Amino acid sequence: MFEATAQNRRNRKVEGLFRLLFLWMTCMLILPVALILGVLIVRGGPAISWEFLFSPPTNGMTAGGILPALVGTVWLVVVALIASVPVGVAAALYLSEYAPDNRLTRAINLAIINLAGVPSIVHALFGVGAFVIFFRFGTSILAASLTLAVMTLPVVIVATRESLQTVPLAFREACWNMGATRWQTIRKIVLPNSISGILTGVILEVSRTSGETAPIMFTGAAFFLPFLPQGVLDQTMAMSLHLFVISTQVPDVPEHMPFGVALVLISMVLAMNGISIAFRVYLRGRKKW
Amino acid sequence: MTSPAPEIAAGDYAVEVEDLAIRYHGKPALSGVTFQVQRNEIFGIIGPANSGKTSFLRAINRMDLMTAGMEVSGSVRVEGRDVRSWRNPYALRQRIGVVFPLPVGLPLTIYDNVALSSRLRGTRRKADLDVIVERCLRRAALWDEVKDRLDSLGSLLSGGQQQRLTIARALSQDPSILLLDEFSIAVDPVTTMRIEEVLAELKSEMTIVLVTNLVQQARRLAARTAFFLTGELVEVTETEAMFEGGAQDPRTTAYVEGKFG
Repeated sequence: MFEATAQNRRNRKVEGLFRLLFLWMTCMLILPVALILGVLIVRGGPAISWEFLFSPPTNGMTAGGILPALVGTVWLVVVALIASVPVGVAAALYLSEYAPDNRLTRAINLAIINLAGVPSIVHALFGVGAFVIFFRFGTSILAASLTLAVMTLPVVIVATRESLQTVPLAFREACWNMGATRWQTIRKIVLPNSISGILTGVILEVSRTSGETAPIMFTGAAFFLPFLPQGVLDQTMAMSLHLFVISTQVPDVPEHMPFGVALVLISMVLAMNGISIAFRVYLRGRKKW
Repeated sequence: MTSPAPEIAAGDYAVEVEDLAIRYHGKPALSGVTFQVQRNEIFGIIGPANSGKTSFLRAINRMDLMTAGMEVSGSVRVEGRDVRSWRNPYALRQRIGVVFPLPVGLPLTIYDNVALSSRLRGTRRKADLDVIVERCLRRAALWDEVKDRLDSLGSLLSGGQQQRLTIARALSQDPSILLLDEFSIAVDPVTTMRIEEVLAELKSEMTIVLVTNLVQQARRLAARTAFFLTGELVEVTETEAMFEGGAQDPRTTAYVEGKFG
């Protein structure tokens, strides 16, 4: 009575085939990550030491450590965050909570998508023109960070907007019907319930910012500078540019050094991603509706 | 068959609607609606889905300002004053409590849910808020069930409890008009009866507009009932007469007898 027809059997076979195909493709995704990490740990691991992390490069960057680059990257990321997070969150709040569906809004959305698609080297040239020359910040942490901020703004806006939109419309409507303004609704209901998602977006921005090379190489990152920056108008070394420099521009660098730099850089990024995942898990555990 | 309406001064109406029409993105949802709701009346609105009942409620508290594409024409007067003449629509909405079909417990504690409206209006003193929270929860017949866990989340209460929480929250606005939009859709019958008792008591203090999908609920509570059908007001009649075959329009009789809808 319930015999499978030929068609049933065929469907079942095809179903199994596609499942295997998708699983295979997903495993392919893990492969490069595992290889990159593996190679970096095996070949860069021996370079890592306290001295490597906490002393400046010496002997024309063929020996010593990476302290100025490490500190410089932290400077660049922090200043970029200070510049981009307030602007990005405010823009996302406007777009998600206030903006009517009109031509201006559509134009802004288009601008965000396009900003996200601009190649980083073009951002670098923009940074030189706008921040280094026009605003006279010179090649400095400030100019480089602002360039990074402009570049990562779409990430912050999109992440924040998505996070805001996870808060159900019904909550907003309930508040509005009580006589709450949009801002009161944002402050009392929307922001408290989306802040973890926004922080996740910010952390992802950090991990992206810390690895960028092109936008900072003309705007504030130095080839070699054995001192730590004293303020935002100083130039600085940065991990990403340092990696590029010792891999391609400096002769006789021992092989483990660039791998060591890459390992430190990727560890920073992975640590940031780890924090972001922990946030999301925490958020899920505290779900309020 | 209609008896002449008793003389009522204009100011005695809680809501007066004249030639009201509502459109969404140019598409009509309701048109040509004219009637009055008296003060301290429970006024029922019945009608099948998409008849314009919810749109009507949204026009009363000017939610058209918060809804993309919603246009309202004609006039809506609340307590004698055209709602569009309120320069501050937030003040208007504070005077009008709204309860939705699906209970919306905000993701705040039970206490904060009920205290929210007062806080939005600038009440900060804990002692004042305590009084308001207890009074409103008692009147919504929820106090005894939640008094020991006021600091747990309102959005995690059961459906029936959340709906009473939203009624307590609406009462905390100290409203002169209460709009209920099919409040019993997600509520069990026992809770529905308790809420109906609460509404009957509240009538002495405020005007209640009760949109309902249950015609018998209108019969139990409302003195007069309006029948909406596909974006038009068919009639407004004394509720009892409507159920006793005294409706002016045969479609109304067919609807209340369950022949369609």
